[in-house]
Amino acid sequence: MTTAPNIRIRGLKKRFGDNVVLDGLDLDVGVGESVVVIGGSGTGKSVLLKCVLGLLTPDAGSIEIDGREAVGMGTREREEVLKKFGMLFQGSALFDSLTVWENVAFGLIQGHKMARPKAREIAHAKLAAVGLRADEVGLLGPAELSGGMQKRVALARAIAAEPEIIFFDEPTTGLDPIMADVINQLIVDCVRDLGATTLSITHDMASARKIANRIAMLYNGRIIWAGSVAEIDDSGNPYVDQFIHGRAEGPIAMAVRA
Amino acid sequence: MNILALIGRAFLGGLATTGRIVIFTGRAVGHCVAPPIYPRLILAQMLEIGYYSLPVVGLTAIFTGMVLALQSYTGFSRFSAESAIPNIVVVSMTRELGPVLAGLMVAGRVGAAIAAEIGTMRVTEQIDALVTLSTNPFKYLVAPRLIAALATLPLLVVVGDVIGVFGGYLVSVHKLGFNPAPYLRNTIDFLQTDDVMSSIVKAAVFGFVIALMGCYHGYRSRGDAQGVGAATTNAVVSASILILTSNYIITELFFAR
Repeated sequence: MTTAPNIRIRGLKKRFGDNVVLDGLDLDVGVGESVVVIGGSGTGKSVLLKCVLGLLTPDAGSIEIDGREAVGMGTREREEVLKKFGMLFQGSALFDSLTVWENVAFGLIQGHKMARPKAREIAHAKLAAVGLRADEVGLLGPAELSGGMQKRVALARAIAAEPEIIFFDEPTTGLDPIMADVINQLIVDCVRDLGATTLSITHDMASARKIANRIAMLYNGRIIWAGSVAEIDDSGNPYVDQFIHGRAEGPIAMAVRA
Repeated sequence: MNILALIGRAFLGGLATTGRIVIFTGRAVGHCVAPPIYPRLILAQMLEIGYYSLPVVGLTAIFTGMVLALQSYTGFSRFSAESAIPNIVVVSMTRELGPVLAGLMVAGRVGAAIAAEIGTMRVTEQIDALVTLSTNPFKYLVAPRLIAALATLPLLVVVGDVIGVFGGYLVSVHKLGFNPAPYLRNTIDFLQTDDVMSSIVKAAVFGFVIALMGCYHGYRSRGDAQGVGAATTNAVVSASILILTSNYIITELFFAR
């Protein structure tokens, strides 16, 4: 790839007390690329996303977003940079106090200072794009929706402002296999339509294979393997092999006790 | 177990918490005065904090005023000083009982609700979602609650004071046989501007403290439902302690001469 990456991470370190979560992680996410980071539970995948978004402050390392250093960025500057981003949270993170359409339009109204009628129009269009009818769900509260519908609304919110970069945090967790595939397909369609760069984290291999151009495996705080979807089955990496086949035996020792 | 180490650890922990609260307060106040301000959210919070607290504050005030008149009569009648009851009721209600009891009731009702709501938003990543949608959580969640509580508590306490004095009047006139007109005249004559001002100042401070503790503990809650529960308890306990402490300080400033 000749163009500079959207996101360039070098030597990223983060620890919580004695627990080293990220230990010098390097990762590039190119323009228009869809990178999926896989790894077991508790390996620091969510921490990685939160460091890039500025929700957590790394202990060391560099995160460049479109060539601008994001570590140590001021609040105002970060708010501007975050306008390029959309994020689908693992638990959807819809605002309980707002209706469905207000959730989808939130970033447009608050972040982009768009008038409510115009934002509502866009919210309805985005709900339609994820297969929901605004006249049926628009005025409901998030608690009145099923888990799959909540994910769709969260996806509509993530793409509402047509961001350049979208993060997906465990997009299929807690969904049945059919609904998980529906969400994966929606992600692929929405990202293709927007031409966005995406960084996803998951431990669901079906999801990773469906939405990724490139897969990277996180283990012990570092990226231990990265390659295309086609290459993953012949990675030659015993850690990757154990993970993608879901074997209990192998070099990855799961902690039985927390 | 080394006792000195325990004391030292507790002292350092206390200092760290104080520092965190001071930094949180500074950020929160900064966001209260700097644009953008969210009038819709402030109005919604004023309704929640002020209007919906009226029944509980009103009930507390009326029964407190009634009991105050009854107890004062029991004591003062021994010295034939029953005529002081209107003065006792109005001064006690306005200077102390009105603001403190309203503050404690609102701390239980509103402080807990704020901590639970913001705490739930924290553990379900809704606050992270706000940040990713280019919205500052201090501006959107904390500042409207602080402004609303600061503006609403004085009104609520003035209404509570009036209801409390009315409670004393009801018992004094209908049960103890006071003449209504002289009772009211005594009440009005004895009330001074400082009494009302101290009540309003106390209410504003208590409102700020209640919202601040609710927001602080909610914002810092971690984990799951247990974390939110702990945040709620801490918000009510710390707000109650700060109300009682600041009440003494404000009373000292107003009346200790």
